Order: sequence, then structure tokens, then C-alpha cells
Amino acid sequence: MPKRTDIRKILIIGSGPIVIGQAAEFDYSGTQACKVLMEEGYEVVLVNSNPATIMTDPEIATATYVEPLLPGPVAQVIERERPDALLPTLGGQTALNLAKALHEDGTLEQFGVELIGADYEAIDRAEDRDRFRETMAEAGLRVPRSAIATTVEQARAAMEEIGLPLILRPAFTLGGRGGGVARSAAELDEIAARGIAASPIGQILIDESVLGWGEFELEVMRDRADNVVIVCSIENLDPMGVHTGDSVCVAPQQTLTDKQYQALRDQAIKVIRAVGVETGGSNVQFAVNPQTDEIVVIEMNPRVSRSSALASKATGFPIAKIAARLAVGYTLQEIPNDITRATPASFEPTVDYCVVKWPRFAFEKFPGSDAGLTTHMKSVGEAMAIGRTFKQAFAKALRSRELDARPCPPAGDDELLDACELAGPERFDHVLEALRRGRAVEELHVRTRIDPWFLGELAELALEPEAAEAGERTFKAVDTCAAEFAARTPYYYSARERRAEHEVERGERPSVVILGAGPNRIGQGIEFDYCCVHAAMTVRASGRDAVMVNCNPETVSTDYDTSDRLYFEPLTLEDVLGVCELERPEGVIVQFGGQTPLKLAAGLAQAGVPILGTSIDAIDLAEDRGRFGALLARLGYEAPPYATAHSPEEALARAPEVGFPLLVRPSYVLGGRAMEIVYSQEGLEDYLRRVGADHGSGKEIFLDRFLEDSIEVDVDALCDGEQVWIGGIMQHVEEAGIHSGDSACVLPPHSLGDEVLAQIRSHTEGIATALGVRGLINVQYAVDRAGRLYVIEANPRASRTVPFVSKAIGIPLAKLACRIALGERIAHFALPADPVGDVVCVKEAVLPFDRFAGADSLLGPEMRSTGEVMGIAHDFPTAFAKAEAAAGAQLPDEGTVFLTVTDRDKPAAAGVAMALHELGFRIVATAGTAQAIKRMGIPVQSLRKIGEGSPNVLELIERGDVRLVVNTPVGTGARVDGWEIRSAAVASGIPCITTMTGAMAAARAIAAARRGEPPVFSLQELHREHGAERPGAERAASNAA
Amino acid sequence: MSDATAYVLLEDGARFDGLACGADGHAVGEVVFTTGMTGYQETVTDPSFAGQLIAFTTAHVGNYGVSAEAMESDRIHARAAIMRAATNREDAPGAEGGWLDWLADCGVPGITDLDTRALVRHIRDAGAMRGGVFPVALGEDEARVLIDAEPPMDGRDLARDVTPTEPVVLEPLGNRGATPAPLTIAMLDTGVKDSIVRNLRERGATVELHPCTSSADQLLARDADAFFLANGPGDPAALQYVVETVRGLVGKKPVYGICLGHQLLCRAVGLETYKLPFGHRGANHPVKDLTTGRVEITSQNHGFAVLGPGGARTIDDDRPVRWETDFGAAELTHINLYDRTVEGLALRDVPGATVQYHPEAGPGPHDALHLFDRFIEEIRQSRIGHGRPDADSPHQNAGLDAPRS
Repeated sequence: MPKRTDIRKILIIGSGPIVIGQAAEFDYSGTQACKVLMEEGYEVVLVNSNPATIMTDPEIATATYVEPLLPGPVAQVIERERPDALLPTLGGQTALNLAKALHEDGTLEQFGVELIGADYEAIDRAEDRDRFRETMAEAGLRVPRSAIATTVEQARAAMEEIGLPLILRPAFTLGGRGGGVARSAAELDEIAARGIAASPIGQILIDESVLGWGEFELEVMRDRADNVVIVCSIENLDPMGVHTGDSVCVAPQQTLTDKQYQALRDQAIKVIRAVGVETGGSNVQFAVNPQTDEIVVIEMNPRVSRSSALASKATGFPIAKIAARLAVGYTLQEIPNDITRATPASFEPTVDYCVVKWPRFAFEKFPGSDAGLTTHMKSVGEAMAIGRTFKQAFAKALRSRELDARPCPPAGDDELLDACELAGPERFDHVLEALRRGRAVEELHVRTRIDPWFLGELAELALEPEAAEAGERTFKAVDTCAAEFAARTPYYYSARERRAEHEVERGERPSVVILGAGPNRIGQGIEFDYCCVHAAMTVRASGRDAVMVNCNPETVSTDYDTSDRLYFEPLTLEDVLGVCELERPEGVIVQFGGQTPLKLAAGLAQAGVPILGTSIDAIDLAEDRGRFGALLARLGYEAPPYATAHSPEEALARAPEVGFPLLVRPSYVLGGRAMEIVYSQEGLEDYLRRVGADHGSGKEIFLDRFLEDSIEVDVDALCDGEQVWIGGIMQHVEEAGIHSGDSACVLPPHSLGDEVLAQIRSHTEGIATALGVRGLINVQYAVDRAGRLYVIEANPRASRTVPFVSKAIGIPLAKLACRIALGERIAHFALPADPVGDVVCVKEAVLPFDRFAGADSLLGPEMRSTGEVMGIAHDFPTAFAKAEAAAGAQLPDEGTVFLTVTDRDKPAAAGVAMALHELGFRIVATAGTAQAIKRMGIPVQSLRKIGEGSPNVLELIERGDVRLVVNTPVGTGARVDGWEIRSAAVASGIPCITTMTGAMAAARAIAAARRGEPPVFSLQELHREHGAERPGAERAASNAA
Repeated sequence: MSDATAYVLLEDGARFDGLACGADGHAVGEVVFTTGMTGYQETVTDPSFAGQLIAFTTAHVGNYGVSAEAMESDRIHARAAIMRAATNREDAPGAEGGWLDWLADCGVPGITDLDTRALVRHIRDAGAMRGGVFPVALGEDEARVLIDAEPPMDGRDLARDVTPTEPVVLEPLGNRGATPAPLTIAMLDTGVKDSIVRNLRERGATVELHPCTSSADQLLARDADAFFLANGPGDPAALQYVVETVRGLVGKKPVYGICLGHQLLCRAVGLETYKLPFGHRGANHPVKDLTTGRVEITSQNHGFAVLGPGGARTIDDDRPVRWETDFGAAELTHINLYDRTVEGLALRDVPGATVQYHPEAGPGPHDALHLFDRFIEEIRQSRIGHGRPDADSPHQNAGLDAPRS
């Protein structure tokens, strides 16, 4: 069957901001799909609120809408663009839910939009727990015994019937958000209540526990002619009970016999047919009891998923790309296998290596939250490793995690075994340690239910860690067919064999190695992958071979289409040198992958590998506080006073000379890890006690004067060593003290005067040229109340805001930076003096507090956001409102607002209350705040403090009477004032604003929203509109084409 | 890595080192590779592997031990197992023994820790060839002599080594079809896999296994409802005596064939076979059933194939092209989408059909199991056509209920 010609224009919905359970894998899948559909001659309309994606690059789709993923804005896009079809299976749960909503509210029918890939019925059958069970029963498949509850009482009744332990999951949430395992009646009550609240339809599914059974996933594809293939099997090392996103996984499955595996395969095919996914990929999860051969179907996702991205990278079979072609009518047989080019996609990949995936966690950023792993996903990223054997892959995966601190297994053997039994982020480190100490495989199997085959392999790895690295390093290809056919696609991994026999076809062209960012983590996310992909495009366009090294399976950078050669390798010095030894590259680019490649730069240079772009010395000059301080002094720029201490005693001694409040942090951290603001000597002592215990002595402690109440500014600029070009100046919405990654920011600045802006420009030029930057530089400033400008820090590398700025101005900064690194000059680019058009762009952070019950949702100097969204409008309040809506904190249009603020913030709170009162909101506040508001003549109801009886604010929040919370805290550290209020707000999904500047922006945004749904527009229109001349962009784009 | 204790040597001189496992000693034969990721025990017990040393492309072999239910025949037919990472694991759930212990007990040498991918790439480019697994104590010169002494696969009759000496009759295993009429299938056993026999018996058929040296007259005397030509090892061209037997059967009763049986039936009606460069062995080959348009993922294990009409090795499009045979027209029913070779055909003027792949799986995907339903249904239909309605058949078939095993 050839492709459909009755459709011309296709709408694709992206997955929005990176959140736990829905991450960069959808950029990979979505980008592939858009590219394929464009190649097939369709017009592609994309809606995605996430600016940090390659998918939202203007050349990827015909029309790109960076708009909130909500029915209103998407309906507007449909009305404007009139697509013939909507492909909802590439944007995760968000896109499926949105497609369902647009079907249910009649939008799709009204505008004649056909759902392709999966229709409404199929989505509903897979997603509605009840219908899914019925569908499985009709297909003769077993599912765990279960019940559905909409109240805690019903959940109790189910417990009586099925027994404990039980697995609870809310319907229609991402990655099982709000679910958990109940082992007691008390746990059941708690989890049921949480799950019912988390489900958009107030429903939870209660399942018979299959804890301890083996967990397997099959990636299935089906075409219009009903041909079905299994792309890959994935086995979780953690038995049932741990969310697959949090499990260590291996592909292909290792422990099932042919009979057991074929039974799963048969069932997976039945599932996709029964659910009725017409075309495309689905993921089916099974639990298998290895003793009895019993199989139960756990769930199916009628769309591409994190697992499908993993399966694609694990096998070389590009699921999303093929799913997109299937959706427009091709059959599997008609689609060629990219890798062999000689065979069709209607086959099942076979692999002759082993793939191990490790989740990357961030519990250290959420003190107070439970680090136990459950069916509720908590990891923020993942690393994948390919090895010739399981042991090789596992050892590589251990390295690929790039942990900040080495896991420390408990010293006592009993404690160690307990730690093995408890599924936690370091479980396998503990298991390895237990095996190293001589514990028997059988004993660990009984305690952990991990399959003895894995334990046996791990025991060998634990006892002889060097064995996995023995032999010669040899680069082998990932080819979908175990070498049965010649591979044309240059996708490689290093293996250890007796004799090196490289399969890499290096060719004669010079190559440039681009180092990726490794597993996503808080502080180093998809933004850096975006920059690496742009670097690869640019290197290719320059006539050189782009060589990518990375180990993150979720990303576009590890799509074999992105570079000329992809090496799926850990980002350690030794592994990267292994690639360089074979490649003999012209140089390595380290400025796009965040801190990970930067940390390798010195070692690479020492080994004689040229570093392209900004020199090692310039990097050191910017990072070494002493050298950088001296540079600023020489330039005559102001910076906050600072000191570096080498012991807690020294820190306490030097604190007074720096002056309070102090920003204090250990020296070696990323994303503001363990960074806090302290207001007094006592506060510092407390900090040193808490953090010093974690991080030992001997490390440096950085003290900086914290500029309270100042405005923070971020600048992204290009420099070729002599000339500097400012791409964007962004003003933070939240005041100084909130990590720049967690703060909303505005481009262009909404409240800075021309004089300050001019000074920011000249300082940026001065610093960039003084450092000798060749590529990108990001400088952070603070402007105090008197308008004085302070330099906070400079990073001579791509920053988190590069994709946001590039999209706002329509000029791809990372591509230009890469061209500079390759030797071009800014003068060649003919860039406009001021690239900012007449729109206002707001970037807002998305925070994962709902995943970490018990952690405080307060913003601070430590970054905790996982992703970001962008709002674009012609004025700041509207852009801010769009960004807030896109971030999931949709601001209320009426109702009650609760305010409780510190004394310092009371005047500002009165201003916010005034604005909200005028908008018709009812104001409630705690006594002190209420008094300040009342003095301004605004009606306000005073509430009791928590613990002082009714009515208190917790009751109001829990009853749903409060629609917005404004709470600014006193002090920092764990569980400070207001913690319960913020937790209650997070749990109830009510927006909770913790800064006064944020609250004022929200009030303005609510006012702007009163004027009706803001108009939507595509990036392509904006870029056409606000810049007739986009020379940099055009050239780079045409080069890449 | 530990020092090599064994090696694989190919007749072209290529050498790959590894560690000895399984039984002591050496083995020579044709070195082939299989890309299946599951079912190592089924694979080595498949009689079609007689005379061959199997290189497994999948990284790990032995993970779940061995058990009686995974046997495809009564013994290991492969001469050696060549692996990247073999384990014993007698403690796996459901295991009755360890894989390496079992290889040793069966006297089959193995080699592990060997770069199987390098070996496969060599065979892919140079073709399947003779070779052996040798302990390092046995020098290369001696190994070469042993390899040279091994006859090449071309022209080799290995069916005689694996065929039963006496006929064996096996009762039905229940009846999954709609009509519970007994049916008898006479199998010319050139090395049949248990899964084929089981699939026929599960569909209500009594299966008689006959030595491959049986004559057409002996077979016709059984008055079976259909003849089945089994899979098996070796070169179909070397089995001219079987081909002659089959010529005597075609047109008398429906004749079906799988794998080697497919090649034998084709040769019997006058078509030609040829040796593939390195064969098809694995569980992921896409085969299109031209009668339904469906693509099925199939289990494969063969080194020879049937030439298309006009002597073409491959067939360019998905149409049911025809051959003129000594028994009328034959029509292509199945085609391999990997290399577009013939995967199955049906005789149009006399009852009969064959497939090159393994619909019985064991190991491999079950996509084509329905083919047995199709065969059985055709047999029933043809019986009606021959005036033997199903209704009262038990009595009519009574004469066949001779010895049972």
C-alpha cells in the first residue's frame, strides 16, 4: 500500500517540557517523525511548548507553534492551519491526552481532522484501565486481578478481596505519577488518597501484586495490512515493583526460554491487535513468574515511549521514523531498513551484543523525600551502554552514570543486605558490594528476587572487575542483523575482544568529534543535546565528518542520522580517547555538552587531542575564582565580594569579611547543588554541619556575598576572540537567590533601563574578549536596587538558555558558535546589531515536586527544575501567562488567593493583593500578612496558623477552596516555615508562587488572560516578521541541508 | 582475557581463538551461523544441523540451562557450539541441567569467549565453509588435515545418518481442528524436528515416520491421506534416491514439504536447487505469504534453495510467478523479503505445497503455525474430493492402526 494522498497537512503534538516520565525521548521520536513526513512531501504543523528541543527548530516542520499544550491553544492552531490529520502517538501521554480531549470536545470533528496512527477508540482502550482489562479478557489474556476505586473506602474493600500487597496506580497519569505499592492497610489509605487526587478522572486501579516476578517489555509495530513485528525485548533486572523507568534494564531479554519468549511474543501481538492500534509502535509490559511460566499483561502504551527510544537505540531500528511512515499508509515491507538498505523494515532485529540501561536519579536535590523506588517513576535521566557481553555493558553503564559522589554501601553485612533488598537508586552498587564480600548468589536471589543469571554475572564482575575490560578495544557496528548483512549505517560501540578488528569505515575526510552531555540530570538536560546536534549539523555542513560521542539513549544526538559516525560510549577520558585514537580527528568540541565534556578537556589536551574553540586556558580562567576575580578587577568590573575556604573553620573565619547574606556552596558542583543562602554566622555553622558531613573535608568551600533584592540577568553571546555579538539579554522574573535554571526569564528585559543594558553589553564584550572565547559565552549579572551592575559568573560554553534565545531571535547561536570554533569569524555572518524583534519571550521552569513527596517545593539557589517551556506574545504579561499555562501551573481566572509572606515582603504583598482584588479575587492571608493588606484598604480574611485550629489554610487547600498560593519563606534549609502549605498546594496541583516578583508577574498575567485567549503564532511567521535579514540562520540552514 | 585454550580454524586458514568448553576433543564439519536469540537447545538438537558446527551470534548462550521439553530430537546433531559467552546455569528455574555439562555429556565440544561477530563477518563475505573447533594442544597443521578429510557439504547425503531405521507410528495428540476425523500422514523422515510432528499430531493426525530409503511403493501401500517430506541436513542434490521416491508419490496423494522436504519435492517435479552463499539460519526472516499478502517472521535453517522460473536465483516482485513442472504448473506462494529467494510454492495441477522456512518454529516465532491448519484442511478437502467423506472415516482407516510407539 503506498502512502496516502488524501491527506496533505499533518498536525503533530509534542510532549512539552521535560518532566519525570516524559523526557528527551520524545524530542528524538518527534524530530524523526517530522523529518520523515516532510521528506514524504507532507506539510507538518507542530505544537510543542518546549523550546529546548530540536523538534521545535523552525526547519524541522512547516509551521512550528511553541504554545501551551492545552485544548484551547491547540484548537486555535487547528483552526488556523486546518490540518487534515493529527498524529497523536509521538508526544507521549501529553499528546494522547490532548488528542482525546480534542476528540471529546468536538474540535477534531468540527475541523475535519482525522486521528492517524491510533484512533480514539484504540487510545481509550489502552488508557482506560477498565476497558483495557475487558479488552485483554476478550483476547484471552490474563491481567493481574484488580479493582477500580474512586474512594479510599472502595480501595479498602478491594484489599479485603484481593489481599496485600497491592499495587495502586492512578488512571491517566504520566509514568504512574501518584501510584505506589501498599503493604499495609495504612499504606493503602495513604496511597489511595494520593492516587485518586493525582488522577484527572479521580480513579485508581488496584492490582494483585506480582512483586518479585520478572518484568519484560516488548516493542511491537503494526502496519495497515496487519503485519506485526517485535522490534526488541527488554528485561528489567529489578523484578516487578519498580517502575521500568527506574529499573536497570537489559536488551535483549536474557533469562527466558524460547517457549516463554515466544509466548510473550504471541501475547504482545494479540494485545496490539485487540487494542486496535492500527499502525505504529506500541510497548507492552508483562510480568512473568519464572517458576510457573505464568504470564500477566501489565500495560500497553499505544504510542512511542521511553522504551521505544531505548529499543531503537539498542537495535538500530528507528521505531518513530517507521511509525510515522506507517501512519501515512506505508506497510513495513515498503519501508527500507536504513541500516542494511538492502532489506525491508518488515523483520525483527537480532542483536549480537548486550545493552544495559541505567536510570539517573536526583534524590540528593530533594531532601526529605523517600529514595525508595516504587511504581512511581522518579529518575530524571538515563544512560545506555552497549557491550559485547552483559558484563562489558554493565561495567560501561556504571561509568556512564557520571555520579557526583561514589555510592557508599553500608559497612555492616546485615545493613548491606537490607540495602540490596530495598529497591533504591544504589541498589546494584550494594548488590555488587555484597557479592564482592562473598555473599552467595542464592542468598541474594532470595532477598532481592533478581534473576540468578544476572546475579551470577554480577558476581563475576564484582570479583574480577578488570575481566570486563580485558582484551583489545575494538569498535563494532550496531546493524539490526548480527552481521548477516553488510551495515551501511555508521553506528558503533566499543567491545573487548582478543583481537581488535574495527568495523569503522573512517574515510578520508577530516573529522571533528563532538562530545555529548551524557545522561540527563537536573542542571544538564536536553538544552545541551540541542546544542550538540546543532554542532553536528554545522560540522557536516563544513565538509568535515561529524563524529558524535554520547551515551544517552533518549536524545537526538544519539540518532545515527545526526552525525556521520556515532560512537555510543561513556563520556570518560579513557573511552573518549579510545574514539580519538581511531578517528584521529581534526579536533574535539567540548563547549556544547555542558560540564561533562568540559571536565574532559584538560585530559584530552594533555593526550595531544586538539580542543576546538575556546582554549583550555580560557576555560580555566573563567572557572578559577582567583584568576577570574583578578580579570574582573583588571577590567574594572564590579563583582560581589567572595572568599574561598578550605575548611569549615576557615569558612567561619572569612565569612565576616565577605559579609552576610552569604551564598555558600562546595566547589565541585553542578546546577547549584548544595548551594544555600545564609544570613548569619549561626546559619553558616548549621550549613557547614549539614553539608560538611556529606562532602568530607579538604574540599574547597565557596563563599560569595549574596546581593539581596537584586535583579538577575543572563547573557548569551558569541565571540571569535576579537569580536563579540550579543544574542540575547534575559531578565529573571524571580529575584536573585533563585537558581537561574529555576527562574522564569524574559527576553527582552522588561524593566531594565538603557543605561544598564548598555553596560551589560560592554561588560560582556570586555569579558569575552579578555577570556579569549571562541564560540559561546554565558555571563550572569546582578543589578542591585541602586542600578549597580555586578558580574556573578561567566561560562565559556553553551548555556541552558541557548535554544530559548535562538528560537526567540530566529538565529541559531550554537551553529554560529560551532562555525567560529571551526575557524570562521563573526564578521562573515553579517548579523544584525540587535536581533530582538517586537515579541516578548518568557522561559519558565518546570519543577518535579509532585514526584518527591516530603521535599520542600521552595525555589532556592539549588536548581531543581527538570525542564522548561516558552511563552511568546506581544507583551510581557501575556507571554508570562502562556508560559505559566504551558508549565502546567495554569493561573486561575477567579476564586480565592492565599497569601503568607515574610515581613520584608509585606509591602509588596499588599501590591499583589491590590492587583488581585481589582481582578475580583477574594484574598485570604495569615494574620501578619492580612494586617499589611488591610492597611492598604483591601478586604482580606485572616486565617489561623496551622495548629491554631480551624479554619486554617490547609483545610482550605484540601477542600479546593484556594486557587493560588503566594508564600515567601524565611530562612533556608530543610523544612522551613510554610513547608506544609507548599506541600499541600503541590499535592493538590494548585500553583504556589514563592517570590514576590513572581507573584506580581502572575497578577499581571491573570489580567492579560482576561482579555481572552491570546493569539497563537508560528516561529516561522515570527522570524519572517521580525527580521527580514536572518543571514546567520539562512546560511547555517542551507549548509545543513 | 584468559589465554586461549581452543580455536576455530576454517578451511581458508582464518583462525579465531577462544576457550574450550563442553566435551573435550575436536569437531570438524561445515561452519555455519544462526542469528536466533532464543532456543539454543532446540537448535543443536535440530537434525538439519547434522554435520555442522553452529556459531551463535547472540552474545549469551546457556542462560536458562537445558530441559527435556526443549528437545527437537533425541540427541544433539550439531557437531560443536561456537559462542561468545557461554554459561552453565544448572540452577535456572525450569532447568534440568546445565548447558555446558550437557554438551560435555553428549560428547559435543564447544568454544566460548570467541569473537563470533568477526567469524560471522568472515563467513558472510567468504561463504559457509568447512572448519573445526580444536583444542590448542592440537596444532594448526594437524587441524588442517582433519578439515581436508571432511567431505564438503555440496553433494553430501546426511539424511541417511538421521533417518529412523524402522517406521514409527505416532498417535494424534488431541484435535485442535473442527472435525474430529482421524487423518494419517506418512512422513518421509530425512531428519524431522519434533515440532513438525507435534504440530501435525495436535491437529488430529496420526503421523508415520518412514526411513528415507523407503520406496514409493512401500509408502503408497500405507494408504495414508497425505505424504509429508521432512526437514533434514545436507544437499538435496545428493538425495536422488529420495527424489525418485517422491516422483512416485506426487499426484497420487497430497504431498507437503518443509525445508529439505521442500527442496526434495521441487527436485522431484523437475525444479533445481542451488547452494546459498551462507544460508538462512535464524528466527527473524520476513517471508511474504502471497496467498494472504501477510508478512510473517519465520524460523529458518537451510543452506540450499530452489531456483525460480527460468533459473533465476531471486524473484523481483511479489507476484505468484509460475513454473512449468513435470507435474503441471507450480505457483510461488512464499517469498523471502530479505534476499527475494523462493520460500514456498504450491502445485496447481496435483495436490501439494511446500515451504522452505520452518512454520513449526521450535525455536522461533509462531507467525506461520497456521500453515499446518492450511495443510490439514487441504488434506481433508482432497479426501472429500477422493470420495472419502470424513463422517465415518474411523472404520475406513482401521487398517492403518498398526503398530504405535
